Amino acid sequence: MAAKRAERLVNLVIALLSTRQYVTAARIRSTVPGYEADDGSERADEAFKRMFERDKAELREMGVPLETGRTSAFDTEDGYRIARADYELPEIRLTGEEAAAVGLALRLWESAQLAGAAHSALVKLKAAGVEVDSSRAIPLQPRLDAGEPAFEPCYAAARDRRALEFDYQRPDEDVPTRRHVQPWGVVAWHGRWYLVGLDLDRGAERVFRLSRVVGSPKASGPSGAFEPPSDVDLADVVAGQVGGEEHLIVVRARPGTAVGLRRFATPLGGSDDGDDRLELRTTEPWRLADQIAAYGADVVVEAPAAVRDAVISRLTRLAAMGETA
Amino acid sequence: MTPTSTPDRVTRLLALVPYLTARPEGVRVTEAARDFGVGERQLRSDLELLWMCGLPGYGPGDLIDLSFEGDRVRVTFTAGMGRPLRLTTDEAVALVVALRTLLELPGLAEREAVSRALAKVSAAAGHAADRVTPVAVSVDAREEALAVVKEGLERKRALHLHYYVPTRDERTQRTVDPMRLLLVDGKWYLEAWCRRAEGVRLFRLDRVDDVVVLEEPAAPPPQAHERDLDNGVYQPEPDSPAVRLRLSRSARWVADYYPVDSVAPLEDGGLGVTVRTADLAWARRLVASLGGEARVEEPAVLAAEIAADARAALSRYGVDPQQASSSDR
Repeated sequence: MAAKRAERLVNLVIALLSTRQYVTAARIRSTVPGYEADDGSERADEAFKRMFERDKAELREMGVPLETGRTSAFDTEDGYRIARADYELPEIRLTGEEAAAVGLALRLWESAQLAGAAHSALVKLKAAGVEVDSSRAIPLQPRLDAGEPAFEPCYAAARDRRALEFDYQRPDEDVPTRRHVQPWGVVAWHGRWYLVGLDLDRGAERVFRLSRVVGSPKASGPSGAFEPPSDVDLADVVAGQVGGEEHLIVVRARPGTAVGLRRFATPLGGSDDGDDRLELRTTEPWRLADQIAAYGADVVVEAPAAVRDAVISRLTRLAAMGETA
Repeated sequence: MTPTSTPDRVTRLLALVPYLTARPEGVRVTEAARDFGVGERQLRSDLELLWMCGLPGYGPGDLIDLSFEGDRVRVTFTAGMGRPLRLTTDEAVALVVALRTLLELPGLAEREAVSRALAKVSAAAGHAADRVTPVAVSVDAREEALAVVKEGLERKRALHLHYYVPTRDERTQRTVDPMRLLLVDGKWYLEAWCRRAEGVRLFRLDRVDDVVVLEEPAAPPPQAHERDLDNGVYQPEPDSPAVRLRLSRSARWVADYYPVDSVAPLEDGGLGVTVRTADLAWARRLVASLGGEARVEEPAVLAAEIAADARAALSRYGVDPQQASSSDR
């Protein structure tokens, strides 16, 4: 059954590619093998219509540019054709090095979200005569986090430019809130997936972490409903929101300790009590405060006061653990 | 091989004739099957099906014609199917985003070649690649270490590493036999046989302070197997002692990040978890770095040690822990 259908679809593509004229559904029915024959009955007509509608939808889904129209003013109904120039992949020639780069790059999607699309893209390039030898590659396995169920609906809505709504759970809020967004795109930023878009309730650009989306996001309304700002760099937006501005922090560390901090520190020389003074730069001061607190008595914050206080309050909570445990 | 759906199969069938057209000297069936990512039987049944397809009329001169010579196949009549179907938006996105990501990672491929490939692919993708791409990928680019490690893998040479171990806060030196490079959740890892530990270890490249390629060949012993990383980089240690933690709401991510044994929601919105580890120094550092957002329930000695460390640190700030504990959070 499935083989018959595949055969019919291939024949339909070949038939519509081979003509410049628009071909009516009736003509397709009588020429392309596999369609319900016209025996004059309404039942057969209905069966054909259903089959043909499904076939058209499937070809369009696959990216076949199926055109509808009339060849001359005398035609009484619409016909179909496929313009060769729109159907065919343009000429592409890659050198061995360039083809190797494509093969290596596509491994990014291995077992990740766009694995299927990456595979069929590679097949088409090979069909265009490009030799991609993936066996020659070095043992390298780039991998994106595949376990993000919200990716698919968010990506599809951003691709089709459709409005999206979903429930979003911020860690500092007790219950999720409903968000309405024009999705611009999905970004993998340092191992985590984010959605960037225009938050319609707040009227401003927002970044959402996909792992905080509760349930399945729903797209609504027509495709092409909006256009993202043409100069937007999605990764920059995420970096700007997640990264934030750089802070300068000065600490004192006992000699020979805090190896991890020193890896990124600028030494400022010794202090009066024999400690080393270090300058640290970070876009995430509270994470650095976590790290400093874990060094215990080996590291003391000099400045700024906000980070010093943050470390003291962490230590205070840790010190309380002995009492109640 | 997994059975394929009708659209997948039709996509493949439409690509097969151009694929053979581009290789007029013929292709081995096994090779074609590998290129299309299907089994040889599936590919043979695809070829048989194509034989039934062709131009309207469907006479001998209209049907696609293939010729088999030994194990090779050639196309002799294409019925007008000389070129593959253009790229879909998803395919163009997968290609363009992957190449852009590679471009951000110098040292893995020749930069010029990557950007030329990107330009050519974008041109061929046409309007499918015109719009703002709905996906972007930004990964950690530790160029120096990456390039050296890659060279070791390519030349199959041992590597000498200066490696920072965060759980013990120390810098170590070791000679390793590289096995593969991995990019997991945005971070690069070298998987290698560590001669010092006599085991397979993962080295995070942002913790490699120095690396050189040695002249001696890489020789991972036969017992060195690649680890299955589908469940993340941290592997559970089932027989190790249990550390029971109460995580506050803001520390719940710990349960996603590390392998935990049992997870129980708590009344205050937090989580009770059990982590199994033989490395108490690791647990001590983890809990301390959570700054009170995780409380140790067991073992008591771990809680006491962490609290003692914190009191010693507070005294350096001139804060009395007794007094401080009643004040702000």
